[in-house]
Amino acid sequence: MALDQLYQEILLDHYKQPRNKGVLVDPNVRLELKNPFCGDEILLTLRVDDGVVTDVAFSGHGCVISQASASVMTEKIKGMTVQQVKQMAEQFSDLVKTGHAETVLREGGDDLDAFSGVCEFPTRVKCAMLAWRTLLQGLEHHEHQHHYLDDEKSRATD
Amino acid sequence: MSNLGHTIRREFPLFNDPANQGLVYLDNAATTQRPRQVVEAMQDFYYHDNANPHRGAYRLAERATQSYEDARDKVAGFIGAASSEEIIFTRNATEAVNLVAYAWADHVLQEGDDIIVTEMEHHSNLVPWQMLAQRHHASLRYVGFDGQGQLQLDQFDALLRLRPRIVAVTQVSNALGTINPVAEMIRRAHAAGAVVVLDGAQSVPHMAVNVTELDVDFLVFSGHKMLGPLGIGVLYAHKRLHSAMQPVLYGGDMISNVDYDHSDWNDMPWKFEAGTQNVAGAVGLAAAIDFLRDLGMDAVAEHDRLLTGYALEQLQQLDGITLYGPRRNHGPAISFNLTGIHPHDLATYLDQASIAVRSGHHCAQIVMKKLGLAATARASFYIYNTLEEVDRLIAGLNQAKDYFKKWL
Ligand SMILES: Cc1ncc(COP(=O)(O)O)c(C=O)c1O
Repeated sequence: MALDQLYQEILLDHYKQPRNKGVLVDPNVRLELKNPFCGDEILLTLRVDDGVVTDVAFSGHGCVISQASASVMTEKIKGMTVQQVKQMAEQFSDLVKTGHAETVLREGGDDLDAFSGVCEFPTRVKCAMLAWRTLLQGLEHHEHQHHYLDDEKSRATD
Repeated sequence: MSNLGHTIRREFPLFNDPANQGLVYLDNAATTQRPRQVVEAMQDFYYHDNANPHRGAYRLAERATQSYEDARDKVAGFIGAASSEEIIFTRNATEAVNLVAYAWADHVLQEGDDIIVTEMEHHSNLVPWQMLAQRHHASLRYVGFDGQGQLQLDQFDALLRLRPRIVAVTQVSNALGTINPVAEMIRRAHAAGAVVVLDGAQSVPHMAVNVTELDVDFLVFSGHKMLGPLGIGVLYAHKRLHSAMQPVLYGGDMISNVDYDHSDWNDMPWKFEAGTQNVAGAVGLAAAIDFLRDLGMDAVAEHDRLLTGYALEQLQQLDGITLYGPRRNHGPAISFNLTGIHPHDLATYLDQASIAVRSGHHCAQIVMKKLGLAATARASFYIYNTLEEVDRLIAGLNQAKDYFKKWL
């Protein structure tokens, strides 16, 4: 049944025992997003040091898909560079829309691949992407801030 | 009576489409399906009478104008309006509320005025008032609802003592199913000097609504929730408000005279219908009204009551169910949750069983906030639904509980 393709065991595991659930004490990236369609909410806090995600946590509430996706994501991105994270987000987006995974994801292992069934349920793509959208927007804010700070710094030393 | 659903369904091509075989459509509060008669009336208009109304001096244009104005007369009659000039066509209920805000309220509201809404309003009958309040530094005040989804009328009375300028309230809640005592509320609001904007989006499709008996000032509703086409809605504006209303959109059709430096407006209701209008939509709405009138609004309401009563009775017996809204006198939209199953997951499961229910906040986030929820599942009925479909829903919910058991 297609439903079992959507609700795979791995999702169940993440849903029941979400990884990295909570809020970081000292984050330098923090963003909250909602899925206006169904009211799901996620608060993502990250530490990004020298372009590497060193720590991440999520909190909020939502359906199985959005919660499991957030949990898997936090597990995957820890230790990755921002560049790698962005690439993975793009490929994850392709995966949930088309069902096909690129290399980065396969190297990422089964947990991400478990979302391939989402493509059969177009109304659930947004659920799977909520955490990733939050992440990308959070990183973007962070980069802007950084550029800004760098500019300030270079001006100060001029 | 339980047969109404079975017999009526045949008139709805969507249910006869093999692609939709076995579909249990329970999202009627969002939009209904259309009977053949409605689509055919629109087709007839395009095939036989199409021209730009109010413009051409030829017979075809005259027929187009006639079709449009006949539709207006039909709407007026359907809701018991004193005259057709009180009927303004809009795109939907949302646009109609906004029209009240811009055409009338903007010209009468003063700084410090009070606007009363309720905590169960659809965003469409809430956000326009929020924005209006911001524009004029007025205060938006809420009438709460109790644990049974009933408006707290003591709060309403207390707020009326502020002598508010506007009271905006829904007749039937799309999120809770509450049927509000609007006749009494309108009486009290008028006694306090307020003008009442009634949201009929969920009431006009389901029960006889008579604006003259209610003595309501403004009423809004959408054609697509009452078997009519998408893209046509209605603003009823009582004659006593007309002199205080000013056009919002300017251009063709809404003028009577244009000069180099000024223009004069057309009469009611055309001064609020700028540009070429959705004539086919109005014609379709008129056909929907004919369809409903043939059934009789009392029969429609009775069928709603039958299905809703049976569904509530069955739902109550499910383990782990929480029902939101009133126990008695419940409108045909039922909001609920099953313990441990997110409504979005539930809706996906039911969809696999060809049962279409809504999940989410139903454009009533204040209701969700008040209940401390992010979302609910919602089943809503209309004339073509049957008791067997309620049984299918209940069976589907039981299976969903079983399927998601391991997730708890
Ligand atoms: C109570 C209520 N008011 C207003 C609306 C808005 O209707 P529309 O989207 O057709 O403008 C709806 C529709 O969902 C509704 O249920």
